[in-house]
Amino acid sequence: MNHDTASKSGDSRSKAMRPDDRRYTETHEWVKSDGDTVLIGITDFAVKELSNGNEGDLVYCDLPDVGRLLAAGDTFGEIESVKAVADLNSPLAGEVMEINATIEDHLEVLAKDPWEKGWLIRVKPESKSFDKLMDAKAYEKFLAEQKH
Amino acid sequence: MTRTQSPHTAPRKVHEMSPAESEIFPQDRFAERHIGPDDAQVTEMLERIGYASLDALADAAVPASIRMRRPLDIGPGRSERDALAEIIGLARENQVYRSFLGMGYSDCVTPPVLVRNILENPGWYTQYTPYQPEISQGRLEALLNYQTMIKDLTGLDIANASMLDEGTAAAEAMTLSLDACKHKSARTFFVAADCHPQTIDVVETRAHPLGIEVVVGDPATFEFDEGVFGALIQYPSTDGVVRDYASFCVRAHASGALVTAACDLLALVLLEPPGAFGADIAVGNTQRFGVPLGYGGPHAAYFATREAYKRSLPGRLVGVSIDRRKRPALRLALQTREQHIRREKATSNICTAQVLLAVIAGAYAAYHGPQGLRRIAARVHRSTVVLAEGLRRQGKKVRPGLFFDTLRVDLSASESRKVLAAADRERINLRAYGDGPDGVGVSLDETTTPHEIALILAAFAGSKADVPAVHALAADTRPLDFGSLTRKSAILEHPVFNTHHSESEMMRYLHRLQSRDLSLTTSMIPLGSCTMKLNAAAEMLPITYPGFGGIHPFAPMAQTAGYQKLFRDLERWLAEITGFHAVSLQPNAGSQGEYAGLQVIRAYHQDRGALSRNVCLFPHSAHGTNPASAVMVGMKVVVVECDEAGNIDVADLRAKVAAHATELAALMVTYPSTHGVFEASIKDICKIVHEAGGQVYMDGANMNAQVGLCRPGDFGADVCHLNLHKTFCIPHGGGGPGMGPICVAKHLAPFLPGHAVIETGGSTAIGAISAAPWGSASILPISWMYIRMMGGEGLTRATQVAILNANYVAQRLSEHFPILYSGAHGLVAHECIVDVRPLKAVGVEVDDIAKRLMDYGFHAPTMSFPVVGTLMIEPTESESKEELDRFCDALIAIREEAREIAEGRIDKLDNPLKNAPHTQEMIAIDEWKHPYTREQAAFPAPWTREHKFWPAVARIDNAYGDKNLVCACPPIEAYA
Repeated sequence: MNHDTASKSGDSRSKAMRPDDRRYTETHEWVKSDGDTVLIGITDFAVKELSNGNEGDLVYCDLPDVGRLLAAGDTFGEIESVKAVADLNSPLAGEVMEINATIEDHLEVLAKDPWEKGWLIRVKPESKSFDKLMDAKAYEKFLAEQKH
Repeated sequence: MTRTQSPHTAPRKVHEMSPAESEIFPQDRFAERHIGPDDAQVTEMLERIGYASLDALADAAVPASIRMRRPLDIGPGRSERDALAEIIGLARENQVYRSFLGMGYSDCVTPPVLVRNILENPGWYTQYTPYQPEISQGRLEALLNYQTMIKDLTGLDIANASMLDEGTAAAEAMTLSLDACKHKSARTFFVAADCHPQTIDVVETRAHPLGIEVVVGDPATFEFDEGVFGALIQYPSTDGVVRDYASFCVRAHASGALVTAACDLLALVLLEPPGAFGADIAVGNTQRFGVPLGYGGPHAAYFATREAYKRSLPGRLVGVSIDRRKRPALRLALQTREQHIRREKATSNICTAQVLLAVIAGAYAAYHGPQGLRRIAARVHRSTVVLAEGLRRQGKKVRPGLFFDTLRVDLSASESRKVLAAADRERINLRAYGDGPDGVGVSLDETTTPHEIALILAAFAGSKADVPAVHALAADTRPLDFGSLTRKSAILEHPVFNTHHSESEMMRYLHRLQSRDLSLTTSMIPLGSCTMKLNAAAEMLPITYPGFGGIHPFAPMAQTAGYQKLFRDLERWLAEITGFHAVSLQPNAGSQGEYAGLQVIRAYHQDRGALSRNVCLFPHSAHGTNPASAVMVGMKVVVVECDEAGNIDVADLRAKVAAHATELAALMVTYPSTHGVFEASIKDICKIVHEAGGQVYMDGANMNAQVGLCRPGDFGADVCHLNLHKTFCIPHGGGGPGMGPICVAKHLAPFLPGHAVIETGGSTAIGAISAAPWGSASILPISWMYIRMMGGEGLTRATQVAILNANYVAQRLSEHFPILYSGAHGLVAHECIVDVRPLKAVGVEVDDIAKRLMDYGFHAPTMSFPVVGTLMIEPTESESKEELDRFCDALIAIREEAREIAEGRIDKLDNPLKNAPHTQEMIAIDEWKHPYTREQAAFPAPWTREHKFWPAVARIDNAYGDKNLVCACPPIEAYA
């Protein structure tokens, strides 16, 4: 393994805010409007928790079939690192329109860019109002509270 | 640590004898051999931690409210010589008949080179599970050979590293099929009526709590519909018939169901494999590949399936990865499937498997090679053809159809009785179908001789005079033509199965593998919650006695008087040790004990009409098997929080009990807690659960801290399992075998598991938990010998010294690391948690410490359980003070190495911890480019110069192996 990246891990994480163009869940998914549809992904925090700071340790991601109907909170997939596994939960109800097929074979894309290239599924939501979810500020606050 | 009494009284001796008496008694006292520290060391260690005596320490560590105030009623310890004489007597009371009973168990020859170099060799049986792969490459390679053998013979894509027995493997196949089936409402599992009866029994036991309906019937006429998610067939069938299931598989697949074939591995050498005729899963017993019958076990069962289901595969899986130097290296793959990570979402609760037996089965295949196996299979088949011809010439009605090694003969009830009686006179067991009207079965094996065929024919004929000569029958017959079922694909083409055919080659191969494994023959293995204590030679000797090894699990009870006495002794002793009323020796591992215990609890509630009780509570820190087991019995999992001291949060427990009062089935709790502490509130905890109508299940993983000091039955538990491979000296075998008997209170005794073939269990028994009635019976002599030789007093002293050793280690290390969690007086129980998380600040992870310990010649303690980023150390009573000091010295030295990083004296990324473990090749490299010396890398402590254990590979890349999954022997070029 190349350990060049190891120096970036630890607690020197960038203090920049998470993107405020989207909403967040307590289980560390994000959802972002994209025309008639929404994109769903997971946050940098989720990636870090799973991989224990070692991005190369993400090994597997299982995404749903296109056309699947999801209720809010449904588990739509699973993501694994060498030593941990997490469910992927849908922040809202809707139909799976597309999956990011790159991700299943190239988890490093998700690890490097969870916000844009690392999106997981595109969903046609039943309702476009997901204001009840946390905004970036609330999510930062939530994470800060989690630490204690 | 607090000093509560001055350390001035002399430590207690194991036996108090008058001088005259001791002069004439044997000097060989086992307890003194088993327990590492001698009297002087005990005194020294007690002084260090501030106690006057072992009793004073126990009184301080164990809450007074649960302390047992009388000695164990087990009698005095016996010397090794006396106990061996006694157990030889028990072995002789077993009648070793020749068993032609079949049903998944066939006699075989264990090649002596495997007996001497594996089965009787502590270098092979005392290792832990290969979670530290760099020092486990030997058995990982042996297991990879085993997986390759299974993959080849079954014609499927991927095989795991063994299951506990064929019955549970079939049950696991059922649940995999349920998960994999696309029709989510499908709830029916079809089982062919001609599967082995014990397999059907275990499958039905497992199906019931999951709401699965098992339909037993005829595969030829069974109609699939969308309600059926899977089917199980036996190939060849239990009465020997070889059928073509290709069209059955087509029908199953057409309606979305998966097919599992339970197959005889030796038959697959000649027959078309399940992968070729369309099965999705294959399971079976590998016992006849060189493993003794052992009255039911231990044997490795196999589990193979298609690539598509690899993520649902139960149990451990060995995979090929690479190390840091890009060399092939082996490790356990896809661990995220398993209970220790996935908990209640795991595909199975299996943890301990049957590594040692899988190693033997794989080595048997490597020793014989493809030609040798074909020769053995052909000879067994040929003998059966001869027997069938002889029976036909007698006018006997042999059931028609193709067969491999098993025949079923239709006889009237009176004829059956005569045949069985005649066979009995020749000390031969034949299979009686029903009470006789269904005839008699015969299953031949590798050891069958022409003389035995003649004896069997004579038993059928009623007299030896009428039997034609076996050689004449052979001359007149030919092997059967299996037609489309003749095996077409080659087997075992990998070089490993085509090289080690001479005894010299095999002996050296086994020794080479063994030398890559760190076992107890090298150093202590301080794994928390795993109790890696001594597996004494005297305990191990009996397992290869023919009187224990040569008996078929379904031999008539009249032939197993010695075993029955041994079981009764063991049951009585274990009941006394745990304070319970009754014991079932059936469960094959801790996970199976948990499953059995919860099933018993479920049966108890149902018997009382409390059908809604299906909630099972766990503390947050429970072993992963606990929630996984609860889910398998259909229970809902509810987590109870732990408080800051690591104990069950009693207020939260009350709240959760109140919230689920009418649904509460059980609390599963480990004692001492998984944090290694004697929780003072355990009595109250049990009371709270009982008052709400629940039962208390105690996980016995930590029983080594209780024996002789307190008893779960006294302080309120209703069931507990015991890991005989932890507390009672069955070796870990590198990941199995194990034994997980359950002990229960009187009100639960009627529900103890039964068995379809041999009568056992309670009056209203739950179904079979294991394929064999007494699980892995042939390793029970190990625990019998341990208890017999230790006696009540020796066992109690062992517990006290286990607590002393843990507290001594905690005390020594506390000056260098924070020690998490302790109970009264700052004492831990039998293990302690060392917090290495502060070192994260300088980039040192718990992994780095574990790998660096290898350079010092040690196996890491339990990592990241129950607290992530920490090490849990359980030294056991068997380790002397010297060994404990060596281990502490190693950890302290590593702490100092971390300090060099912290103080900037060595690079954060290029240092002995990050680069550990160091292999010989790394050290011998021409240009050494690291900022520390070769000597510091490889010989960091004085003892490493006297005896250096070299890790076989550098640090393994875990992610690479999971991303590029290879679970069979890679082509030899990969190693170039």
